[in-house]
Amino acid sequence: MTSAALPDAEATLERLAEKMRGAVAHDACLIGIYSGGAWLADRLALMLNGEHPVGYIDVSFYRDDYAQKGLREKPATTALPFAVAGSRIVLVDDVLYTGRSVRAAINELFDYGRPESIELAVLIDRGGRELPIEATYVGARLAVAHDLSIVLQRHSEGRLELSVEAAGGAKGA
Amino acid sequence: MRNPQLNATGSLQHLLTLEDLPADIVERILDTAVPFVSIAERDVKKVPLLRGKTVFNLFFENSTRTRTTFEIAAKRLSADVINLNIGVSSTTKGETLLDTVDNLAAMNADMFIVRHGQSGAPHLIAQHLSATDRRHIHVINAGDGRHGHPTQGLLDLFTIRHYKQDFRRLTVAIVGDVLHSRVARSLIHGLTTLGTPEVRVIGPQTLLPTAVESLGVHVYNDMRAGLAGCDVVVMLRLQNERMKGSLLPSAGEFFKHYGLTVEKLQLAKSDAIVMHPGPMNRGVEIDSAVADGKHSVILPQVTFGIAVRMAVMSILAGN
Repeated sequence: MTSAALPDAEATLERLAEKMRGAVAHDACLIGIYSGGAWLADRLALMLNGEHPVGYIDVSFYRDDYAQKGLREKPATTALPFAVAGSRIVLVDDVLYTGRSVRAAINELFDYGRPESIELAVLIDRGGRELPIEATYVGARLAVAHDLSIVLQRHSEGRLELSVEAAGGAKGA
Repeated sequence: MRNPQLNATGSLQHLLTLEDLPADIVERILDTAVPFVSIAERDVKKVPLLRGKTVFNLFFENSTRTRTTFEIAAKRLSADVINLNIGVSSTTKGETLLDTVDNLAAMNADMFIVRHGQSGAPHLIAQHLSATDRRHIHVINAGDGRHGHPTQGLLDLFTIRHYKQDFRRLTVAIVGDVLHSRVARSLIHGLTTLGTPEVRVIGPQTLLPTAVESLGVHVYNDMRAGLAGCDVVVMLRLQNERMKGSLLPSAGEFFKHYGLTVEKLQLAKSDAIVMHPGPMNRGVEIDSAVADGKHSVILPQVTFGIAVRMAVMSILAGN
């Protein structure tokens, strides 16, 4: 697969927002998983009809590959400017793959309180789950070879774009 | 020779000293500590990184505060912590340092936090663990003799960066008993590594190490001259219990010349911060009006110290 074969990120985001409108609780808190999910949560809060507080979560301290890979460089600070206990929450991420980041995010959330409910919104669902986790709202589904990563980028003017990289990190064709 | 605290791939294996610790590793520790500060503000002040790991606080020299901060940091990472005040147990029965280490390693220790009166004791333990192929056990120096106290140096750096951002434009003064201070040595190395252009030590000649200028600092015996234009003033504790012989006329005389008062602090920049590693001797090296005043960041240093130690432990245990 090449980056050219990927769906347009902005159109996919519009499709995701369309699925969420009317389905997401009017006061649901949007929590973006750093870094791609955080950009998407900011955008969705403006696109949805409702009052949606936005928070950000960095799952570095809850990842299950810490023993193998060590601590990630430059972890960001989780910032949840609302009470998690009793809130209806939508976790937002760019790409749903193994489900391990979402597992880590849910674990972290419970250290802030017991939410009323948690839903999951993702821009891309690329299959390949290793945990029993499914998204509530999906922008697009995509089959991708396991040695490739899909990466969401944000340009300086705010426009979002998807690209493909070798899973090691080097840029794919 | 390879830096003994780095492993074959250049990652941090032990934290023994800030001397020759590469800037990118120092910066990584400071960056990692930032999100740990906010963990302490949650209802659940714990993350699961060191779950199932056993951390031994090996204190051959008493220090309730340093031991407590390491204990809190390890517990907030979900480790099991065992505190051993060895000064009053095994060694009085004749056991050697390395025998003590071997016994604790046989209890499946994952990390040793070592405080020792002899310079180099944590190095010795780290070398012993490497030589006996137990590299998975990490060692953190929690203060050794007059040599170093790297986590204190790192928390000082974190505090300075928090309030002053860019080291490359700062003038920092370290005041008082530099001779006996491992805190001062670690901080000088860290400040130099991060590119601080002007580091000063201020004190009577009897309390400054010989050839301290070789560390790249400027020496002032006159406190007023040394404080002029400083962004950061680090006061050191007058270490009475280490003082042998008569290096000083009296504590009162010391305060007159080298105690930080509101009046002397006015010689520094108007937004200068005042730091102290604790425990403070009020009225000896620092006046209460300064310690409790608006320039003081002494209590934030304590808070940041927990986060910095969490960062060090979680980076080490992951390497």
